Amino acid sequence: MTDQILAPKRENFHSEREIHKVLVLGSGALKIGEAGEFDYSGSQALKALREEGAESILINPNIATVQTSEGVADKIYFLPITPYFVEKVIARERPDGIMLAFGGQTALNCGVALYQSGVFEKYDMQVLGTPVQAIMDTEDRDLFVKKLDEISVKTIQSVAVSTLDDALHAADRLGYPIIVRAAYALGGLGSGFCNNEEELRSLAAKAFNYSGQLLIEKSLKGWKEIEYEVVRDRYDNCITVCNMENFDPLGIHTGESIVVAPSQTLTNSEYHKLRELAIQIVRHIGIVGECNVQYAFDPESEDYRVIEVNARLSRSSALASKATGYPLAFVAAKLGMGYGLFDLKNSVTKSTSAFFEPALDYIVVKIPRWDLGKFSGVSKEIGSSMKSVGEIMAIGRTFEEAMQKGLRMIGLGMHGFVENKELIIDDIDKALREPTDQRIFVISKAFRKGYTVDQIHELTKIDRWFLHKLHHIVLTAETLEEYPLSLVDFEKNEHNDFDKILKRAKQQGFSDFQIARALWKEQVDDESFSVIRNYRKKKGILPVVKQIDTLAAEYPAQTNYLYLTYNGSENDVHYLGDYRSVIVLGSGAYRIGSSVEFDWCSVNALDTVRKEGFRSVMVNYNPETVSTDYDMCDRLYFDELTYERVMDIIELENPHGVIVSMGGQIPNNLAVRLDDAGVNILGTSAKSIDNAEDRHKFSSMLDMLEIDQPRWRELTTLNEIHHFADEVGFPLLVRPSYVLSGAAMNVCSNKSEMERFLTLATEVSSKYPVVVSEFIEESKEIEMDAVAQNGELVVYAISEHVEFAGVHSGDATILFPAQKIYVQTARRIKQITRQIAKALNITGPFNIQFLAKDNDIKVIECNLRASRSFPFVSKILKINFIELATKVMLDIPVVKPEKSAFDLDYVGIKAPQFSFTRLQKADPVLGVDMASTGEVGAIGNHFDDALLTSMLAVGYRVPEKNIMISSGGTKSKVALLDACRLLQKNGYALYATGGTQKFLEENGVNSIFVAWPDDENATLKVNDMIAEKKFDLIINIPKNLTERELTNGYRIRRSAIDYNIPLITNARLASAFINAFCRITSEDIEIKHWKEYTD
Amino acid sequence: MHRYKPVRLILENGTVFHGQSFGAQKASSGEVVFSTAMVGYPESLTDPSYEGQILTLTYPIIGNYGVPAQSETDGVSDFFESTRIHASGLIVQDYCDDYSHWNAHQSLGDWLQQNGIPGISGIDTRLLTKILREKGSMLGKIVFEKENEIDFYDPESENLVARVSCKEPVEYGHGEKKVVLIDCGAKLNIVRELIKRNVHLIKVPWDYDFTGMDYDGLFISNGPGNPDYCAITVEHIRKAMQQDKPVFGICMGNQLLAKAAGANTYKLKYGHRSHNQPVRRVDSNACFITSQNHGYAVDESLLGDEWEPWFINMNDGTNEGIRHKTKPFFSVQFHPEATGGPTDTQFFFEEFVKQMVVR
Repeated sequence: MTDQILAPKRENFHSEREIHKVLVLGSGALKIGEAGEFDYSGSQALKALREEGAESILINPNIATVQTSEGVADKIYFLPITPYFVEKVIARERPDGIMLAFGGQTALNCGVALYQSGVFEKYDMQVLGTPVQAIMDTEDRDLFVKKLDEISVKTIQSVAVSTLDDALHAADRLGYPIIVRAAYALGGLGSGFCNNEEELRSLAAKAFNYSGQLLIEKSLKGWKEIEYEVVRDRYDNCITVCNMENFDPLGIHTGESIVVAPSQTLTNSEYHKLRELAIQIVRHIGIVGECNVQYAFDPESEDYRVIEVNARLSRSSALASKATGYPLAFVAAKLGMGYGLFDLKNSVTKSTSAFFEPALDYIVVKIPRWDLGKFSGVSKEIGSSMKSVGEIMAIGRTFEEAMQKGLRMIGLGMHGFVENKELIIDDIDKALREPTDQRIFVISKAFRKGYTVDQIHELTKIDRWFLHKLHHIVLTAETLEEYPLSLVDFEKNEHNDFDKILKRAKQQGFSDFQIARALWKEQVDDESFSVIRNYRKKKGILPVVKQIDTLAAEYPAQTNYLYLTYNGSENDVHYLGDYRSVIVLGSGAYRIGSSVEFDWCSVNALDTVRKEGFRSVMVNYNPETVSTDYDMCDRLYFDELTYERVMDIIELENPHGVIVSMGGQIPNNLAVRLDDAGVNILGTSAKSIDNAEDRHKFSSMLDMLEIDQPRWRELTTLNEIHHFADEVGFPLLVRPSYVLSGAAMNVCSNKSEMERFLTLATEVSSKYPVVVSEFIEESKEIEMDAVAQNGELVVYAISEHVEFAGVHSGDATILFPAQKIYVQTARRIKQITRQIAKALNITGPFNIQFLAKDNDIKVIECNLRASRSFPFVSKILKINFIELATKVMLDIPVVKPEKSAFDLDYVGIKAPQFSFTRLQKADPVLGVDMASTGEVGAIGNHFDDALLTSMLAVGYRVPEKNIMISSGGTKSKVALLDACRLLQKNGYALYATGGTQKFLEENGVNSIFVAWPDDENATLKVNDMIAEKKFDLIINIPKNLTERELTNGYRIRRSAIDYNIPLITNARLASAFINAFCRITSEDIEIKHWKEYTD
Repeated sequence: MHRYKPVRLILENGTVFHGQSFGAQKASSGEVVFSTAMVGYPESLTDPSYEGQILTLTYPIIGNYGVPAQSETDGVSDFFESTRIHASGLIVQDYCDDYSHWNAHQSLGDWLQQNGIPGISGIDTRLLTKILREKGSMLGKIVFEKENEIDFYDPESENLVARVSCKEPVEYGHGEKKVVLIDCGAKLNIVRELIKRNVHLIKVPWDYDFTGMDYDGLFISNGPGNPDYCAITVEHIRKAMQQDKPVFGICMGNQLLAKAAGANTYKLKYGHRSHNQPVRRVDSNACFITSQNHGYAVDESLLGDEWEPWFINMNDGTNEGIRHKTKPFFSVQFHPEATGGPTDTQFFFEEFVKQMVVR
């Protein structure tokens, strides 16, 4: 009977041809909207290919990723993911197939472009997985709506327009408020809500720069947002691996939203209705692999709209993988190779089928991490466009527990939902209605001010279910706060009533510190925290370890994927207490200054630990990472990196030791406290770490070693600061310890600037001292990355910044091996490094930053941990610094590598990626505080091709004709003069603002005058020309901090970003870039893979 | 949650779990079972297959969307699977009293209280599930004060099907095609799915001799407990198969049809108690995610020559359905009617209705 229905639907898009060689596209540098999740999915895909015995070729310039490590792909090209370069690689490699689904929107867009230009056909290759037509059906809004109309699935009423007039007309018809989306744009770029015509006009003007097509939709603000992750194989078998519910209602981008999995407020009927629809949609579109379906769901009925379908692995799919233990990307890659789901095993249980839907017996909460404080001028409101730079995932067995864990994990100094530093909000109603990055803490505040669940619901439209749960946390906090402390004697035992409250607090995710603060208020200190911890342990109020096994304990499963909870009574894991565990502490949420590079370090440390015969144990909570893939270690604790939780884990594991030097600053900061608790810190001692971290101790050590450093002082009054300024002169680098608003650090070039900064933006007092340092202009910055064993240097790498000191090392363009420093400088730097390594008795990785002017070498910073540039130098030099560092920390003898940077006949360049396009109103200027969100690394035969490749990889384009220059102060004007001559010689048309134009003319370079934005009567106004897209490149060097300069410069820079015109704000980098593209062209960039350079 | 009264769950092996009561304050006993479904507690609790059982939910946060009102359309409850709660108790980790849903009428706790069913929260349900899965079957009781408030009760010791089946035939729906539904504890969604397809449905008691009736198709429902109690039902099915009218069975119905076809049933080491059971049609690439709740399975090696296995479980390889090689007799171990659970296999109802030839 049912044969017709049940017979497999054979699809003909996938021929039976054997696939031997596969090209995988990565996602390039980390940026807002496209971050570490694609390193995870790409790595999984490459693992699947390796298991298949297929040769894999990866194109990804993101050199800090795990996927671009040795042994992951067979060949790695550190080239831009653009149709031009990808086609070059295809022509050279002639792969049988290409995978487009693992590199985010970047790979997908590139794939669609290649398909449309017939490249795949030309080279007779197949797109593995979802066919390109299906991708286009989901990406083009019109096609998408039509496609879903065919099966009567409701989409958001949407009109695609390509002119402003059409947009206004459509909005009138739909009725305001409306939402505007740009087609083919990642993470909601250029999207937003408009309440009236005026708002639409201004948004549309910007959005058309990202996309030729805009979508005008009726706003469904206040509806629930629900997502399903769906997998389909070529035999039409479908599963939904996970569903997720947004805490924030529709209107806030899912990347900006707190998200829970599984859904919490859906009934069986709703859950399965949306599940059934998702499967219907995925079948109809013809996905092969993984995809994500997003719904808007009416909170008052079962009405729904499909928001969008992402025909690729996404941020949500990475989250779903981590939330369930189901390796979506791995499975998707296998399905792309032609397998059926029934052919594959569940990789957690290893015995059951991959055709199944995980059952969770816990809840996960994802919370975004914003770094908006790093940018001046940026709007703090969150909405339909993504601004967050990272995220965390917290696991618990109550919502309260997971939520409070999560709020600690985001690393903004919060202790949970309550017992935080008092938040100052003038208008709570407004803050609830118009969400900012602070929204969750505004809710906490509102509860404390007596707002009810219903009132907060009315203002935020957040489902009451979530609000009730948050209210429970507040109630428990109040119970603790009001508890008569006189009744509790923490030395004695019988306090049944208090113990019950204590237990409830722990079950709701309170940390010991929160409890201590609730009890002792302002008197809380480290001591009171220990009192709670000790008392609790005495009373047996302890967390238990639970496994994530994908099937809620229905069958036995050997799984190493773990979390801790107070909602349970027994550990799932039996501990051997054999002292064979080595715990590696991970890096936590990605943020500006700490991202995928530390994941690479962690993964390599785990690898080495395992190879050396220890049990590798990972603690981390970032769902975007490879280190939180349970395959990477022997035991994964997906949990907090707080002292409290790390100690919980250490007490369970009884490890051989703990590695704190791989995850950046978070674990590094734990070193001293762990050491005080008697934990064995592997490698460099906690005391040495402290000696390097503590400015005073480090400084006196340098003095003792007679190593030079910029003069600095910690000062507590304005008067003292002026005295110091008189002594060393301007400019000065000023670092306040208490910041009211804006950047935490500033370079001040004169007295009035410094006064303004210190009085307006900071507080100076004995409680909040300010560190003022001498700032040396036109000085080179040099980085030393090294590994030492017992104070002896094992391996080192010296790299130099292209920019002069003053640009944060994370924002600098870095050249390795250093090409343009004196031999004498290099020798001195090595000497100093040896001295410091010896003095601090370093065993493990470390990084020192130097200033070099002429042959004057000064040390500015030293970190006794792996640094951002470790993956870069390791890969360029082809010596794994982390493997060596881990070995020395495990006390395993190592041989000093013989290869030296001087032997390399190629150069590597690391270039920063900025995400200013997403950060509305932020000033895209570089300074002493880091602003970049990611980086790429390129290899070239010489400086020019490496630089050009790296700049193209972060989104710069070689200009065609018109270049706008406003070259700042005299020094930068001079610095740019030769480059301008070169541009003129190469036939470029130069446009310049007043001073620059005059200077160029005086020096024999022709340029066309353009007026500053505030020059009302001028005809050729720079901003109008930017809006008309007259320029192919804008060079704007900030001069000084006068009001007029600031506003005009800002307006030029900001509109360059808003109109998507390449912008350079540093004279040294601008001239290096100009030299590069004038001397060579893209065609001169050799298509060579990593090994061809290094072997 | 301190306002909830302390309560204990005692297992027959002596293990004691301490929790807080959120349902009726009434001692209860039965077989303790679990389900890993993440949604659908109103559906599960009213599913007659849970008769005599204390249900443990592994999803930790329960009660979120409250419980809908008791309303009916054409004599069939809109939201529940029968007219009352069949489970003898509910065990969860974190009970949620502050429900939030437009369709909710009351909280889960209030509903349990009204129905005299105890509920316990604050239990390590993962630990409990691990104990239950290893023992296969475990009796337990819920007590408030003294341990001997109530005795252990083994539902296997009686014919549960007889307890939950209707006492008299009941008719539903209108249509030319007439279907006899043997009520071994039929979930109401079977009724809904059939009458939705214009079927005149006659639900009969489990031991009712329908063989003399005029009908176009026979439907054997799901039900609780050991199929061995239903020998008389198997007799009737065997007799019915002498005609060539379509026969379709679900869950218990699969086991009874298998018995009628000469096979036998046995108790599984690990019962199937979830909404995510993968099944594959034998000799094909077609796979489905199904809702299941059973501790017994069909031993297909004893099937008669005219029969063949139809579906198998992709996790443990056990039988998930059988069919006759030439006649329209077929059954599945899983629940195509869903509620709760995935709706992937609802097409069986369509197929069954299509198979009936209207005379």
